Order: sequence, then C-alpha cells, then structure tokens
Amino acid sequence: MAKRAAAFADPVEWRDLRALGAAIRARSLTRLPELLEQLEERCRENGIAVHWAETADEANAAVLAILELHGAKRVVKGKSMVSEEMHLNDYLERHGIESLESDLGEYIIQLDGETPSHIIMPAIHKNRGQIARLFGQKIRDAEYTEDVDALTAIARRVLRRKFFEAEAGVSGVNFAVAETGTLCLVENEGNGRMSTHVPPVHIALMGIEKVVERLEDVPPLYSLLTRSATAQPITTYFNMITGPRSAGEKDGPREVHLVILDNGRSRTFADRELSATLRCIRCGACMNHCPVYTRVGGHAYEAVYPGPIGKLVTPQSEGVGRRHDLLEASSLCGACGEVCPVGIPIPELIVRLRAEAVGEGSGSEVRGAGEGRHALEAAAWKMWSAVHRSPGLYRAATLAASRLGRWMPGSLPVLSAWTKVRTTPRPARRTLHELADEKGIPDA
Amino acid sequence: MPGLKKSRRYDPPIVTGVPASGGRRKPKAVYFFGTCLVDLFYPGAGLSAIQLLQREGVRVVFPRGQTCCGQPAFNSGYREEARSVAAAQIRLFSGTLPVVVPSGSCAGMIRRHYRELFAGDPLEAEAEDFASRVVELTQFLCGVLDVPLVDRGERIRVAWHGSCHALREAGVEDEPLRLLAQLSNVEVAPLSRERECCGFGGTFAVRHPEISAAMVEDKAEAVSATGADVVLSGDAGCLLNIGGRLEAKGATVRTAHVAEFLWERTRER
Repeated sequence: MAKRAAAFADPVEWRDLRALGAAIRARSLTRLPELLEQLEERCRENGIAVHWAETADEANAAVLAILELHGAKRVVKGKSMVSEEMHLNDYLERHGIESLESDLGEYIIQLDGETPSHIIMPAIHKNRGQIARLFGQKIRDAEYTEDVDALTAIARRVLRRKFFEAEAGVSGVNFAVAETGTLCLVENEGNGRMSTHVPPVHIALMGIEKVVERLEDVPPLYSLLTRSATAQPITTYFNMITGPRSAGEKDGPREVHLVILDNGRSRTFADRELSATLRCIRCGACMNHCPVYTRVGGHAYEAVYPGPIGKLVTPQSEGVGRRHDLLEASSLCGACGEVCPVGIPIPELIVRLRAEAVGEGSGSEVRGAGEGRHALEAAAWKMWSAVHRSPGLYRAATLAASRLGRWMPGSLPVLSAWTKVRTTPRPARRTLHELADEKGIPDA
Repeated sequence: MPGLKKSRRYDPPIVTGVPASGGRRKPKAVYFFGTCLVDLFYPGAGLSAIQLLQREGVRVVFPRGQTCCGQPAFNSGYREEARSVAAAQIRLFSGTLPVVVPSGSCAGMIRRHYRELFAGDPLEAEAEDFASRVVELTQFLCGVLDVPLVDRGERIRVAWHGSCHALREAGVEDEPLRLLAQLSNVEVAPLSRERECCGFGGTFAVRHPEISAAMVEDKAEAVSATGADVVLSGDAGCLLNIGGRLEAKGATVRTAHVAEFLWERTRER
C-alpha cells in the first residue's frame, strides 16, 4: 500500500491520469460491439485467427480443437485469469493434454493443486518455507533449499525445458487494440514472451471487455496498471503481438489464435450502472487495500476473482442470491473505490447488487435478482421503516430503548455477534430529543 | 508540486461541505439533524454540537419529527424502506437552511446517495435540494463558521479516528484536526493505519462478526499503542465499535465524539 501510494505521490497527476483511464475504458465500453468487430477484422488481416465463445465451455472447446488439429499434447501457459474462469488446465488434463503454468506464482500453486488467491500475486498465501517443501517434494532432482534465488532457479530450469518442448503456448491479454489488431501482454518474468513466442502455436484468451479503441489508449492504462498492481513505473516485459511469424522471420509462432470470451459479460454490459464493472484492468489494488481481503485471503471468497472486484463479478455471474454472502462481506469502507485506477464505484455497486439480491433493485436482468430476500429479514426492515417514518413511533421506541436498553442481555440473537468481542452497547438515559426539549431548542 | 499543500483526499471528486446558502456570510440559522445513533447513544455529543453552533450566534432548529437518514436499510439493499424514511426527513427539513449533521456517515449518505435513491421519484428535486444543504459538523464549524476555540482543559493526549465515510463520502479532510489544533493543551497522537476501517460497517459487524472482530481488534490495538487518553471520532458508529472493543479489553483509553470533546474543553464554567 505504501509503495503504491509512493507511485502515485502527486495527487493531481493521479487524479488526472485516473480520470483519463476511466474515460478510456468507459469510451471503449460504450462502443464495445463495434470495437470487437473492428478488432476481429484487424486481427484477421494480421493473420490472427479469431474465435468467439459465449461460455467457458465453448472457449475450452475452441482451445481443444486448435490443439487437436496440431496434435499438441504439451501446452505451456502464461498467466491468464480468463483461463481460470474456464478451468482450462483441468479441462485439458481431462483430454490428455499437459497444461503447465509458467508464471512462477501460478507454477507454485499448480504444483500444489491450488487456485490463485490473488489475481496478480496468485501464490501470495504461501511463504518461503511452504514453497521450499513443495519444491522438495514435487520436483524431481530438486535439492531442498529455502533460498529464494535458488528456488527461482529450480523453477526456471524446469520451465526452460518445457518452453522448448511445448507444442502450443497459451496466454491472456491485457489490452487488445481495435485499430491495429494488437494484443498487449504485461508481465515481469519473461514467461509471457516465452509462452507466446517459442511454441509453434500461440492461443491468446481474452474477455470481451479487454478491447480498447486506439493504440494511444494503451500507455495511460499501462501506467495505471503497473503502478496500481506492483507500484512499478513499468514492467520488465511489455509484449505487443501483431500476428504470427511472417516470411523471412526467424522466430515467433507459426499460428496465432485469439479466443474472445463473453461468459456473462454482455449481461453486465447491458446494465447502465453495472457495466462499470467491465472497466476493470485487473490490477488487484482493490484487494491490496481491502481490510476484509487482507484478513481472510483470496481463497475464502470461493471464486475465481476474489476481493472487492470479485464481489461485483462473482454475484453477477453466479447469481446475487446465491452469492449474497460475498455482497454482505463488506463494511463499505470505500478503500477499494478510492484506489481503483479506472474509477469503478465498487462500494456503490456492491450496495446496488445487495438491492438486487433482495428484490429492490432496478434491474430485473441481474442474475438471481430477488433470490436473496428472506421473509423474516424483509419483515424486520418493514417494521424498521414503519417506526422511522413515524415521529410518534420513533419517539416511543427510543424512549423505551433509553429506559430499558441498558438491561438488554448481550446474549440476544444478533446482539451476541456484537458482544462476543465488545461490551453491550448502552443507550444513554435520555435521548437527544429529550435534551432538546429540556434546553428549549426550537422545533421549527 | 512545491508550495502546494498536499491533499489528503483522493478522487472521485467530492462536494466540498459548504452549502450554497452558506456562501461567504455566516448563516444566521441552521437545522440540526442529530442522527439516530447520536440520539440514542451519544445525545451529549448532539447537544454539544448544538451549543457549539449557538455560541457562534447561530440559531439552531432541531425539528422534533426527525429520525434517521435511512442508511441502514439502504446499505442492506432495502431501498423502498430506506426511501420512505428518507422522504420523511426531506419533507421535515424543507426551506433553505443549511442542515448540520454530526456524522460523516449520515452526511455522506444524504449528500452522495439521495439523488440515486430518489431518481425518478416525485420527491427527486426536493431530495437533491436537501442533499445540497447537508454539511458535516466539523466542516461547518471549520469551513463555514471558522470558529475560534479557546482551550480550558488540562493537558491531554488524543488519537483521531477519521471515519471511512467522513473521509470518502462526506469529503471531510483535515477540518477535525484543524479544530483540535486550536486547543493548546491537546496533543494529537499519530494513529497507525488511520485511514483503515474499524470494522463497524453497520450490519456488517453482525453479519460477518469474525472479520469485523479482527478489524476492530487491530484498530483497538493501534489506539492503545498511541498512549492516548481518549480516542475521538466524528461518527457514532465507529465510537460504539471501537469503544466497545476497548472496554471489553479493559483498556483505559476512553472514546468521545469530537463535538462533545470540543464543547467540554472550551465551554465557560
């Protein structure tokens, strides 16, 4: 958090750059359908084959078809959250294809049969000792060491061989430029370049929202992304992929494919407010600053995308009633909205989805709308409302609470959740209304 | 940028607390919206706030029909219920007087969310007008009235907890600290992670009690580590939460609403 703050030390620059980033993303989303068509056209002109997938299943099938066409049995992967949505590794494994993660963090958790706990730092939940033991157990010929550089060298040795053996490479996409048909990939380890450059076939995966209009839209977003994610002014690698190896070139893949996945995004896109969810550039700053995420960790969310942005993405895709738990797990402190580099009003949208969950929102198109409404709770709010819109009832209720409230046992349901670590809240002996009467404060 | 005071606040842009009717001249009269938590748990803070305003020659009107801004229901998703309660307040606080609120959370709710809550409603225009007149107490004392404060209390060390909604919704910046800085015998001790949530979050505290407990424990520890005699905040929810935890731990540090603290330190005895 301190590093990110230092990366945006000038509040005026932060405000302006963020406004620019938000505007670029919003503009791209406004023109999403036509930009996607333009992207497809430019990509085809560049020799990139484009595949559309409405669901994760369709995307998996598209990837498998490409791999089968080439008889590929070994795939090496760069980091991609879309592939996590697809559960691509499991899917390929079931079809007899080895799919190896080459991002160090992803490699670590894949070795341990886990899923990422953070979208930028997938193995953030593991410490050095755990990784040392894991490598010692799972990697053949690896000598046990707790030295970080030595551990990295072990992974590098394994992965280097895999890059050369793989018949295909899979990657994500950070930004897809519609006007040029360019796929931008942001990374630090060089594994992204190796995965997309060394194997003869490259398959890039992206959600429909990743498209931007112009090449000049990329630098501000890139700067916001790296500074928000890791407080870096720039990453070690920034790849711009514009097609397969052309005649006379000595390296690069023979084929490049782009799989564009919807997976519920167009439903989000259709909602005027919720479409801001799609501005996300997956920097993870909301997680790093969330007082809930930093205490429970990513796996507690039981979802592909954890943290505050996950509280918007997951309920919209799985249903707001089913994942009411995620929506409720927020104190609405606003730290996420404050650091979001593209100005997604995350707390406001959480509240909007809560309203959808209990059937009092404005968009019946939201999946599972109304399914989080419980009769008892709804009745309690009805009663609360009746009391608080009637001055007489309110006065009576607060008088009763101020006279009797201090004898309220802390073991009452609901209250007991509070009193487990706190003393029982005690109403004052007289309310402010009474004090105002006593002091003759004018009523009108 | 050299020479410029660094803002503690980040975007999105937040309305400055000064209501249109305030302008450069100090208003002669204001409404006071006490809030439900202050009404029941910190009435002394409410009365102190009224007295701080009266001392500046401002006539304070406290409409007796007032109840709650509607935030508990709004944040829980029960918009219909929140709207009917909010509507009652909007009708009650009609006219042109500024509405002073001793809570960043309630002020933020009204200023930032009434527009959305009443979009397309017959009360939309009134709701917007009401929202534009609402101002958080310390913003009003500092920014509009520019109150002079003379400390009459003993030496004391305090910690300041700026609530999330005061900081991020009501747009309260350093107004509370500027008020405290006028008190010669008050030392404000730096609080680590001062912008972090205390874990209250309304119903969050009882819906996810373990997470809330972890958050308030960290806040209580940070408060204790300052060695302060009292921890101050402008929001009753945070005070109930932090105070409840400190008391359960047997900590000696007290909690107080900033309004009550300012009044008690400066009133003539």
